[in-house]
Amino acid sequence: MTHADMTPVEEPGALRTDVLIAGGGYVGLSLALALRSADPTLAVAVADPVPAAVAAADARASAIAAAARRMLAALGVWEEIAAASEPILEMVVTDSRLADPVRPVFLTFGDRAVPGEPFAHMVPNGVMVGALRRRAEAAGVVFVPEAIADFAVAPGSVTARRAGGGRVAARLLVAADGARSRLRDLAGIRTVGWSYGQSGIVTTVEHERPHGGRAEEHFLPAGPFAILPLPGNRSSLVWTERTADAERLVALDDFTFALELERRFGHRLGAVRPVGPRRAFPLGLTVARAFVAPRFALCGDAAHGIHPIAGQGLNLGFRDVAALAETVVEAHRLGLDIGAVDLLRRYERWRRYDTVEMAMVTDGLNRLFSNDLAPVRLIRDVGLGLVDRLPRLKRAFIGRAAHEGADGPRLLRGEAL
Amino acid sequence: MPGMAEQTTVDAAEIAHFSAMAADWWNPDGKFAPLHRLGPLRLGFIKEEVATVFGRSATAADALEGLRVLDIGCGGGLVAEPLTRMGATVVGADASPENIGIARAHAAESGLSIDYRATTAEALAAEGERFDVVLALEIVEHVADVPLFVSACGALVKPGGLAVFSTINRTTKAYLLAILGAERVLRWLPPGTHSYDKLVRPAELAAAMASAGLTPRAETGVVFDPLRSAWKRSADMDVNYMMAAVKG
Repeated sequence: MTHADMTPVEEPGALRTDVLIAGGGYVGLSLALALRSADPTLAVAVADPVPAAVAAADARASAIAAAARRMLAALGVWEEIAAASEPILEMVVTDSRLADPVRPVFLTFGDRAVPGEPFAHMVPNGVMVGALRRRAEAAGVVFVPEAIADFAVAPGSVTARRAGGGRVAARLLVAADGARSRLRDLAGIRTVGWSYGQSGIVTTVEHERPHGGRAEEHFLPAGPFAILPLPGNRSSLVWTERTADAERLVALDDFTFALELERRFGHRLGAVRPVGPRRAFPLGLTVARAFVAPRFALCGDAAHGIHPIAGQGLNLGFRDVAALAETVVEAHRLGLDIGAVDLLRRYERWRRYDTVEMAMVTDGLNRLFSNDLAPVRLIRDVGLGLVDRLPRLKRAFIGRAAHEGADGPRLLRGEAL
Repeated sequence: MPGMAEQTTVDAAEIAHFSAMAADWWNPDGKFAPLHRLGPLRLGFIKEEVATVFGRSATAADALEGLRVLDIGCGGGLVAEPLTRMGATVVGADASPENIGIARAHAAESGLSIDYRATTAEALAAEGERFDVVLALEIVEHVADVPLFVSACGALVKPGGLAVFSTINRTTKAYLLAILGAERVLRWLPPGTHSYDKLVRPAELAAAMASAGLTPRAETGVVFDPLRSAWKRSADMDVNYMMAAVKG
């Protein structure tokens, strides 16, 4: 794309870098760190207007699967994150109605990706982003405290215009600017997808009794209600409701909200009390039609957004990072042009099928469970519909072995690039 | 960024004339797509050989720093540019002045300083030029006299230096895959790119190397993996293969 007001000609004082990453969230930061750790001759810059202190104050927590944890360990940040995280040792899934006095358990996971390794950890977002940022700064990543307003691709480079007017010349521009990626739109890459008409309420609760590292997911008629263990007697909730109901719920006074929460949470862990802020996020499925263009790549939520039913959105983003970092580092070490679209297509081939598959699995699970139709309930409760879905369901939750195998990106196996 | 030129001394009119063709050479989906796809494999083999022979790191991005490299039959510069980024001082030679124009125009776009010359291996040898590394990739099967060409290559390598060749074997399988398959069926290459009689067997190449004072030290087959849409190394040298040799 060539914009009339943007020429690729460099101006004096313009920042020059090899890779410019738009977005300083966990995806942008871990990509920057992976590139710099692998090869200090690669110049890497991250542009994000959000101050580091604000990002580090994010109190929400995310589920990190074993493969992503191994990558964080390989990048040297896991030790710092581990202290604030909680391992998920067991997961149970129930299919139930609100009024059911007892929720029959039909799936339990005690499986480990590797014996002795929990299949996931709950990690506070702020701690993770803070650790990644400090490590990236120490590794020599350049931080630009501004958004990227526009960019133009020329044969030898891509020139990005900063919101403040300055320019950055790079060989590759990576959009890690989230689900509503502005750069994706500027690149003219369209998305396919749909809204679920559901929103996810995210909040934290305190409970009387210890959770014992157990995660629960209750498939309630309005959508999945997930309880994920945090350090101490606390758990993180991902509570799905139809969007109008979710908005009504988060707007309730604390007392009524606590009552609604208790109806769904149950009494297994004793008295339960919501703590901290609560927010509702509209849920939808989006997959970018292309993940790459000349001198341009999408990474993380900018490339895809999926239903949180299996808690895999973040892990898809980390897999993008591992694959893109390996693709760029290998090309760089061979002196190849790291912005050449034929090289970037390797990353796209590596990631797009996996992404679409995960999007479809989560979509299917949500459609199967988020309803109260008697015949569907009967079929899924008897288990007929589930028997052949079971291995895929388990894989969706645990993180696929295929991507931790010999063909997967090295960082996901915990190896350095 | 190693090898980035502050200034290039390229004729502006020449750039204009050749830049359209350069776009074609360098279009990863264009008619030189097969060479683009071969890039990572060829460069990986060359880099490993250089690392071994000159005691460099096989993973360092600047592993070729300080080495003088000749790329004979450089075409549009698909190999010369990566070698320059890896730190080498590269001379790119091609008998076709048109290719040299294209290569110069593209190097200017990439901000790389590369000494491109419209000349031949024989002429360079006669001028007394010497290099740490001499590359003859996808060219042996196009020359009129293989032993003469290989001996010129040998003369261009400094003692203890490295020569790397890549070419196509003369087998029935090569005829079916590299000529009928690639040229007529898949149309990866224009028909007539290769003629069967000029293809070279590994033993013939090794013999020519030996007479040129080059001692073969490594070889690999190169096969296409349709599932990954990429080339990979293989023990199977029936079709495409690469050979490396040291002088002396």
